[in-house]
Amino acid sequence: MNRVFPVLAIVAAVLFAAAPFVVAQTPNEATMGVVQKIFYYHVPAAMAMFLAAFVCGIASGMYLFKKNEAADRLAVAAAELAVVFGLIVLVTGPLWARKSWGVWWQWDARITSTLLMWMIFVAYLLVRRFGGAGAEKLSAALAVFGMANVPFVYISVNIWRTIHPTTAVVPKLPGGMKGPFWFCAVSFMLLFGLLLALRARLELRRAELDKLYLQADEE
Amino acid sequence: MQNAKCRMQYARRRLAVLLMLLTIAAAVAPAAAFAQPPQGSPQEEFVPVKDLPQQEQLPAAPLLVSAYAFVWVALLVYVWMVWRRLLKVEREMRDLAGRINQPGR
Amino acid sequence: MFLRVAWLVMRKDLTVEVRSREILYTTAFFAVSCVLVFAFALVKEGRPLEDAAAGILWISVAFSGTLALGRTFERERHAETLRALMLAPAARPAIYVGKLLGIVLLLLVVEAVLVPLVGLLFHAPLTARPLTLAALLVSGTVGFAGVGTLFAAMLVRARSRDVLLPILLYPITIPVIIAGVRGTAALFETPPADDLAGMWVALLLFFDIVFVTLSLWTFEPLMTE
Repeated sequence: MNRVFPVLAIVAAVLFAAAPFVVAQTPNEATMGVVQKIFYYHVPAAMAMFLAAFVCGIASGMYLFKKNEAADRLAVAAAELAVVFGLIVLVTGPLWARKSWGVWWQWDARITSTLLMWMIFVAYLLVRRFGGAGAEKLSAALAVFGMANVPFVYISVNIWRTIHPTTAVVPKLPGGMKGPFWFCAVSFMLLFGLLLALRARLELRRAELDKLYLQADEE
Repeated sequence: MQNAKCRMQYARRRLAVLLMLLTIAAAVAPAAAFAQPPQGSPQEEFVPVKDLPQQEQLPAAPLLVSAYAFVWVALLVYVWMVWRRLLKVEREMRDLAGRINQPGR
Repeated sequence: MFLRVAWLVMRKDLTVEVRSREILYTTAFFAVSCVLVFAFALVKEGRPLEDAAAGILWISVAFSGTLALGRTFERERHAETLRALMLAPAARPAIYVGKLLGIVLLLLVVEAVLVPLVGLLFHAPLTARPLTLAALLVSGTVGFAGVGTLFAAMLVRARSRDVLLPILLYPITIPVIIAGVRGTAALFETPPADDLAGMWVALLLFFDIVFVTLSLWTFEPLMTE
């Protein structure tokens, strides 16, 4: 892991640095123009957020049912990433909406449910921090419910008539847009994986530190 | 002991503020639910601008640039935060390991 | 066996409550005050906003429900009966169902007071579709209490439990509140939008099934030390 990590980090950084140039080559969209290019960061960030929520939920489930400590550490890392990528989605979305819909915010199904899902993971972090002893289990339960939210958020835009573009957009992307989109998606996923590993490593170190403290106290 | 109690009280107060904010949000949501339904139908696919006869480019550069800048800044800040905590924990571990290995204290 | 345990737990809760009626009275009074506060806060030309009736009803249910959940489990913690329940050779999910039924019943009684009040203050047409309204209220209350019972039980041993319950509960149950408000609002229109209200009832039932299933599934590992 230690040798692969720096290589992957450099690859991710290069991909990310290249992204704006790749995006600059894309054709402009008909109705939305230049501002639509936010799509190339907004949607991959949303994909990363959903993935983070799923990982957190599954890891939390494993912690609850199998008492797996490593799963709990992974869950914390995934929750933080869900908050970070969720913040990116919730900021880039309104910046795009301001131009294309004329308003910063709309209370439609997809946007509202995304905000609520984000808040669930913020609550996860709050409970972890301020919940005292046994907070791991409390937050794990919350994450399980948060994960159940993900499919709901995803399909909400197809069920209700909303102003948000439907999920049919991505499969039907025209050629000039498809390449750059998947390029950005891959770099976001790679970045997500790396950040997850890094953050989980921090949790592992903290656990080891706690054990060292206990050892020091015993002497 | 006093310090721990103060910290607990501070934490409680922060939580109380958060609860108030959530309450306000809960009060606003039903009113917002009665807002006008959004205009326009959802897009089913993206169409490149060259496929239409004439279309002006909308001057949206500041929004685009801020969006990309925010993404970069957010990710960099997060990476920096994690890295900083990691370094701190590793430093503490080295200090502790040194103290444990010393005979007696 | 499962149903018998659930029934016994519920009966215990109801018996205790009927004797003192403490939680019932305080929760009902708080709910009424909530309705009044919002009625005076959301005014249009000096009079309560009639369109806000559905929202105010559900906000009051959510807030008073949170209080009731906290108080119910505080009582358990105080008398150490929760530990006794956990030690009993009964299936944990059955205990959860028993407590859930008790809380749902309590909240339904509170709602029985709130709904006429809201109808009175906001001139809402309660008698137009009483059955659908009842379906909305029952399914919404079950959804809210389903998650609430789980979290309140979990938090009994936690620090800062009073503040943590809303933090845990609201982000998850806001969809239930949204569905309840929209469904109720559809019913309060003239003429009532039956199809729309029916859709929201169906969604609430879906939430109920998902939330109660998840809660039943996670109750056991959460309540063990």
